[in-house]
Amino acid sequence: MSSAPGNLTRRGFLSTAAGVGGTVVLALTLPGFGAGGKRGTSAAGAQMNAWLTIAADNSIIVIVDRSEMGQGVYTALPMLLAEELEISVDTILVVPAPVGDAYVNPGNGGQVTGTSNSVQDAWEKLRTAGAQARMMLIAAAAERWRVDPNACEAQNGSIFGPAGKSLTYGELAAAAAKMPVPKDVKLKPKERFRIIGKSRLRLDSPSKVDGSAQFGIDVKLPGMLYGALAQSPVLGGKVSALDAAVAEAMPGVRKVLVTVGGVVAVADHFWQALQARNALKITWDPGGNAGLDNAAIRALLEKAAQSDPGLSARKDGDAAAALAAKQSLHAVYELPLLAHATMEPMNCTADVKADGCDLYVGTQVQQLAQAAAAAAAGLDPSRVRVFTTLLGGGFGRRLDVDFIPSAVAASKAVGAPVKLIWTREDDMTHDTYRPPAREELRGGFDAAGRLTAWSLHITSPSITARASPSTTDPFDSVVEYALICPYAVPNFSLTYTRQEIGIDVGYMRSVSHAPNCFAIESFMDELAHAAGADPIDFRLSLLKDKPRHTRVLQIAAQRANWGRHPAGRVQGVAFMEGYTTHMAQIAEITVDAGVLTVHKITCVVDCGQMVNPRIVESQIESGIVFGLSAALWGDITLVAGRVQQTNFNSYRVLRGNEMPDVDVHLLESDEAPGGIGEPAVAPVAPAICNAIFAATGKRLRTLPIAGQNLSRT
Amino acid sequence: MTKIRVNNQTVDVDAAPDTPLLWVLRDHLVMTGTKFGCGVALCGACTVHLDGVAVRSCVLPLSAVGGKAITTIEGLSAGRSHAVQKAWLEIDVPQCGYCQSGQIMSAAALLSVNPNPSDADIDAAMSGNICRCGTYPRIRRAIHRAAELQRAAAPAGGVAHAGKGAA
Repeated sequence: MSSAPGNLTRRGFLSTAAGVGGTVVLALTLPGFGAGGKRGTSAAGAQMNAWLTIAADNSIIVIVDRSEMGQGVYTALPMLLAEELEISVDTILVVPAPVGDAYVNPGNGGQVTGTSNSVQDAWEKLRTAGAQARMMLIAAAAERWRVDPNACEAQNGSIFGPAGKSLTYGELAAAAAKMPVPKDVKLKPKERFRIIGKSRLRLDSPSKVDGSAQFGIDVKLPGMLYGALAQSPVLGGKVSALDAAVAEAMPGVRKVLVTVGGVVAVADHFWQALQARNALKITWDPGGNAGLDNAAIRALLEKAAQSDPGLSARKDGDAAAALAAKQSLHAVYELPLLAHATMEPMNCTADVKADGCDLYVGTQVQQLAQAAAAAAAGLDPSRVRVFTTLLGGGFGRRLDVDFIPSAVAASKAVGAPVKLIWTREDDMTHDTYRPPAREELRGGFDAAGRLTAWSLHITSPSITARASPSTTDPFDSVVEYALICPYAVPNFSLTYTRQEIGIDVGYMRSVSHAPNCFAIESFMDELAHAAGADPIDFRLSLLKDKPRHTRVLQIAAQRANWGRHPAGRVQGVAFMEGYTTHMAQIAEITVDAGVLTVHKITCVVDCGQMVNPRIVESQIESGIVFGLSAALWGDITLVAGRVQQTNFNSYRVLRGNEMPDVDVHLLESDEAPGGIGEPAVAPVAPAICNAIFAATGKRLRTLPIAGQNLSRT
Repeated sequence: MTKIRVNNQTVDVDAAPDTPLLWVLRDHLVMTGTKFGCGVALCGACTVHLDGVAVRSCVLPLSAVGGKAITTIEGLSAGRSHAVQKAWLEIDVPQCGYCQSGQIMSAAALLSVNPNPSDADIDAAMSGNICRCGTYPRIRRAIHRAAELQRAAAPAGGVAHAGKGAA
């Protein structure tokens, strides 16, 4: 029997983290809007509920409580509401939500964009909000006309009544907002959807093709100054002495100050601030990491893994006993540190005034951003207003708030708004990196050649522990994927040894899924070969009572012509279940004189019901590209506590000319919506590495692939 | 004061001569469509046109601009009417969108000299523009589509830009 404890994910971290920062605070809201969750009428219009304002001119404002970082929430979430409100999606104006109780994502324990669950969270919530508003508009019209509400109908932004009567939503909104909120709401069945499930243009796309989209780095406030931040070259180091004389005398420089993050130079323009930052003479106390390098990290993890049996995260049957008695396979997989490398480097604009602080920031965690700014400004969190901008990539990097306090401190010090921008080098060398991991596996067959026992022992620093020091959860999001591993094997043991490495690690797209999936899906390939079985047949034999999993694998095999691929090319497969999405990828490669070429990735996806299939497809493509960059080249290395990769020349990511063919196939499904932002990252590396084994006999148990000898053995 | 010509307007800029054009555009002229990505011409997010040629504004000092005509994403067209922008919307290319101004400016420069680019031409012209969201498959489709739109809009008997593939 499985003894998997639930919710060992970012959920745990965020619920505790929100507690650490005080209770969830209902902050001030955007100009023109009532407090989140409260209804009322203002100059901007009538707020029907936390997510919807209708103005007298019939403009429809949907307040989106998840951050737009490319995954399409500014389109998919309004589509859900529009489906029940009976409006055209094209008429919607999207406004980012302020901090507010109504905007908490229960699945994440906070107002958080992460865990690929924005649509899951909104699926009932926003359709209900739309339906309630529609019913209130009908009630207002019926009252105005003195007719039975059942004689009224909502259509395309107007209520139609008997005898040709009609009123627009805008005309009814003020009265409708005062109507009681209906309790008994019946949502449309899937057959009647006219918006959900149909591909349409993203609402944010027009602004992203003419340069008008506003990211955090684009914020401009009257009187705003610019900041550049010097951070300790050795991770975790502190300022011990500062000589700012040269910098302070440079043109445009207003102030140099020491902050919790390092030293900030503030100037009239960013280029001036950057030149001043570069002219600072800082003596750094390197702290405890002056001797840290990759060999030391690897040794730490290895020693911990060998000396600690680990906490049991899941135990099916008795794997240890079964493995001791069987013919078994043993393998150790190792994962490197990775940088998020969002295209928009970290930045934050803060405007600290006597009575509060306005924060303009691309963040995935509005409450934590508010708390971080409040602490830096010495204010109560309720005095901090958070204005969420578009995010130029998130990938989990913007679940951290380390780039906020220095901007706030600088603004407070100069008495003006300050936009603090990290350079690419700042960003690359001071990330909260994807943690390294050592994943040790064993598998055993019975006399008939069936896999009857396997075990996985994960050794890694904890993400949760840093983000939420008060957590009582002994496990971590670094084991989440393995916890739900669907393969039916009677004896399975999953154990976790936490070993810190002295530097901050963070959540990265496909958090546990990418490392765990690499280890598990590669090892399943090892087991299949040991059993003399086809890798897809082998997996299917372990998924017999799981029709969704089976269907995905079988269709992937068909679409990729598994076993009948073009001459000279070789294939590898990987499966993943995570974020309630099921997916199989088949990589088609060649290895020619030791040089790998990835020609094609076929990806078959069952993510349940889809809101906007074209966005789903783009997210799958996106995850594959992210997975390719990590698998092929992703590697952050340390020498004497300093990150060696500084920019896109030393931290290589996939470019357009290196893009393989990608065939994404989305399966029709009536299941509840699953996540799409993260899953596709995970199977890329194991699918490619399994293909490399098929081509060369080389089993790659470390990443990245670059630099490894792929000559045939 | 330095005079430069941006999107058909001459403007005076009070910035040090070594200031990269990127920061002149963004901070001094508040034209923020051109993005900062790497600062050393590795990612293409800052791509603008200088006399019609795609350049990385993050490494182009103000002093080197001279009298050349600068075109930014804001000046590429009125109302998103450039063939590349139309194709981008038709295929719904952007995800986070941060790199897209640079992608579009690189693509527009390519099409201005090569009205019918092959995949290899696209590879050569676009490899300097990184997209971490991985919009590459759609960018390729959109460039082919923009080429079609551009040809369809060209006057009979020829194409609007008859230059030969400098990509």
